[in-house]
Amino acid sequence: MTDNRPAAADGASAPQGPPAPDNDSCTGGAGGNPKPAEGRHPTTHPHPITGLDARLVVDRAAFHLDITLTAAPGDVLALLGPNGAGKTTALRALAGLTPLTDGHLNLDGASLDRTPPESRPVGVVFQDYLLFPHLTALDNVAFGPRCQGVSKSEAREQAGAWLDRMGLAAHAGAKPRRLSGGQAQRVALARALATHPRLLLLDEPLAALDARTRLEVRGQLRRHLAEFEAVAVLVTHDPLDAMVLADRLVVIEHGRVVQEGTPADIARHPRTDYIAQLVGLNLYRGRAERHTVRLDAGPEITTTEDLSGPVFVAFPPSAVTLFRDRPTGASARNLWRCEVAGLETHGDQIRADLDGELSLAADVTTVAAAELELHPGAAVWATVKAMQTHAYPA
Amino acid sequence: MTSLHEPGAAAGPRTGRPRRRRVGTGGRRGVPLPLLLPGLLALAFLLLPLVALLVRAPWGSLPDQLSSTEVWQALQLSLVSATAATAVSLVLGVPLAWLLARTEFPGRGFVRALVTLPLVLPPVVGGVALLLALGRNGVIGKWLDAWFGITLPFTTTGVVIAEAFVAMPFLVISVEGTLRAADPRFEEAATTLGASRFTAFHRVTLPLIAPGIAAGAVLAWARALGEFGATITFAGNFPGRTQTMPLAVYLALQNDPDAAISLSLVLLAVSIAVLAGLRDRWMTTS
Amino acid sequence: MTRSVRRTRRMLQLAGAGAAALMALSACSSSSDSAKSKDTSASSGSSDSPKLSGDVTVFAAASLKESFTALGKEFEKQHPGTHVNFNFGGSDTLAASITGGAPADVFAAASPKTMKIVTDKKDAAGTPATFVRNQLEIATLPGNPQKVASLKDLTKSGLKVVLCDKTVPCGAAAQKALDAGHLKLTPVSYEQDVKGALNKVELKEADAAVVYKTDVHAAGGKVEGVEFPESAKAINDYPIVLLKNAPNAQTAKAFIALVQSAEGQKVLSQAGFLKP
Repeated sequence: MTDNRPAAADGASAPQGPPAPDNDSCTGGAGGNPKPAEGRHPTTHPHPITGLDARLVVDRAAFHLDITLTAAPGDVLALLGPNGAGKTTALRALAGLTPLTDGHLNLDGASLDRTPPESRPVGVVFQDYLLFPHLTALDNVAFGPRCQGVSKSEAREQAGAWLDRMGLAAHAGAKPRRLSGGQAQRVALARALATHPRLLLLDEPLAALDARTRLEVRGQLRRHLAEFEAVAVLVTHDPLDAMVLADRLVVIEHGRVVQEGTPADIARHPRTDYIAQLVGLNLYRGRAERHTVRLDAGPEITTTEDLSGPVFVAFPPSAVTLFRDRPTGASARNLWRCEVAGLETHGDQIRADLDGELSLAADVTTVAAAELELHPGAAVWATVKAMQTHAYPA
Repeated sequence: MTSLHEPGAAAGPRTGRPRRRRVGTGGRRGVPLPLLLPGLLALAFLLLPLVALLVRAPWGSLPDQLSSTEVWQALQLSLVSATAATAVSLVLGVPLAWLLARTEFPGRGFVRALVTLPLVLPPVVGGVALLLALGRNGVIGKWLDAWFGITLPFTTTGVVIAEAFVAMPFLVISVEGTLRAADPRFEEAATTLGASRFTAFHRVTLPLIAPGIAAGAVLAWARALGEFGATITFAGNFPGRTQTMPLAVYLALQNDPDAAISLSLVLLAVSIAVLAGLRDRWMTTS
Repeated sequence: MTRSVRRTRRMLQLAGAGAAALMALSACSSSSDSAKSKDTSASSGSSDSPKLSGDVTVFAAASLKESFTALGKEFEKQHPGTHVNFNFGGSDTLAASITGGAPADVFAAASPKTMKIVTDKKDAAGTPATFVRNQLEIATLPGNPQKVASLKDLTKSGLKVVLCDKTVPCGAAAQKALDAGHLKLTPVSYEQDVKGALNKVELKEADAAVVYKTDVHAAGGKVEGVEFPESAKAINDYPIVLLKNAPNAQTAKAFIALVQSAEGQKVLSQAGFLKP
């Protein structure tokens, strides 16, 4: 099932960077639980003494956030979701910058509901870092310890050690505007860590970086997060960042958790169109009866899995084969008559968006596209082998 | 895009030198006439009366005019009281600006309008209003007198109060504008690092908006230095105690216009020296 | 001065009035200038010239506002077709405007000194005539709680007194009166004009001010006037003159005549002015 590897919606090709740390992610099928208890620490549920246990409810005009988050020390949790889903609001609520309308927030067994942000053992790396422009890198990092009552020289010593760890000792005296994006990101991380937080929050930690820096910083960040002994929560809209950096993904749409699990599980078993799109799969909901799934969208699809009841069926665009004429004598049971709605290049392939009996995305080679004379409005037959579909309980 | 952390995009603080250079080169690359002509006209309009003052100045008798102790007394009093009024405006006005820019409370727009009221009020009316509030028989002054034996009219403190009353709005408006332009998330970042809201304000926000505060302080100082109406109404006119330069100039104008011009020249020279000393970059943000 | 203040004041008033009357008489008889101009204006007076018309512009000291406005209305009533425009202000300012070329027909100043600015520049037609005089008075809070009965009382410590600045007529006059009484008075403030001084008393910030009788009169019940004998030494003459570049000299002369007539003097004395 290598075809099912996570593919970023905006990614260029199938093989994606370093694989996610999906240590024991082979706990297959757990996606069907209403509250999937995945991750390396089975002790996190239901109420961990240590770590994070939160239900965040924030009500604002035309926006309602209600999510539950739990994590054990050492966990890296990624909040993934489209813009406006409520990720940043959740992060601000964790930091205490946005008050909770309802719910609770416990960290290491202590309630933080009423704790003001300055008294929370929480460190934040902001999206654009928000390094204080009038202070040097060193004084930026020393700011937190200073606020905690550490003497000036002691705070600077600690800050120096942090910058050293980040490989930034040479830039200790630089003002933020003299730092590169990657350096600024590391200073921001050092600044957040210097307060010894029990909860580290990262808001789109890589979004402000250009593509090349991003690759490098992502690797460094992954290392630093792995070393971090308390709970880390990062917010991102980039599935690649989420999958590389996090142990566990929490997908948020419209202020609600729509799915959570390990990166590998989410990549294999998307449960919403948004996630399916992120990981590059065609996804349908239907009702299974043995090997046949009647899709809510209309046609039937044959799968290898033997299931009954409501299910999801997913297959990658690369599993779709297109024909100009109805293939004769083919055993293809999963055969649909479609019309090309749109075409776009997708790496070295052409991605065809198809309408008709079934809406789906299909990847074909440039040569095949030419032979098929694909153009918007062209009629095609699409088929997918049962072997290459994947059904799982909804 | 490595400069997202640079506050210049949104906040007030800027580096003076590179910015000025950029403006300079841009200026030479052809200025549109519809901007150049009115601009020069405005400059001429502002400078001509001052030039006339210089042309008609009684240069010959200037040394005599300026040798009286009253002149230097008035000048000293003007500088001291304008500086004190600016200090009062800073101590009280910056927190007010912060409240207006950073907090939500009912009727904030109305309060902001009230703050600017001294700008539109004729200063003499402002002086009368101060008398009604802080005078010996005023709403509050009555109690100040009865409880502490403090009377403010006809004192140097009264001069400072009158000047602060008319000058503070300049500072508040200038600082509030800078605060609004500054990214409030810097304060939030400081908060997440363990800083109380006040620590965040004075260790992060204050340095960030320093140029705006300086610009506001310069405006306030200049306004206080030239203040006449509220001062003479509230604090009266007594040499060495409440007679500031503008009062001396006005009274000299009554029977000796030449002396008035001489005094004005002194005031002008001192203001130019101070304002130029503060550099134009302090005045760029407002 | 240990008797009741009220009584003392009444006595002073009587004395003051008597003195003023004497002074007025002597001024009349001694000043040939004013007599002459009175004659000339009487000859071209309002009674026999019905052909007056047009606008006449009068620059007059601020203290003349009430009485001159009344006289202007009276003039317009007597001479239909005429219109009197007034510009009231500080005498110095008015004098500066006139020498600066402002189109005015008549100038009525609050002091000979300011009139001199105009005559020195040869902007006056003829010699100015004193048409009223103004005397100083002490303005105290209503009811005179500090029991001020004389100029000397103002020198008591703890009493807040405001004077006009020496550069303005009322300040100069006050100084003259103090000198005459050999008194030394340190006020809390030298105000920029007489209204400023009066305001301080009206707002109860000062206990007393030395101002003109007419100002006390105009303030109504907000201040109480206390006359003092030294004021006789500092009586202010109000000169009036026809200006050289008067656009409407004929009508202007008629207005001056009205001011100097018995009718005009009655209106002016109601405002607290003394006869010349």
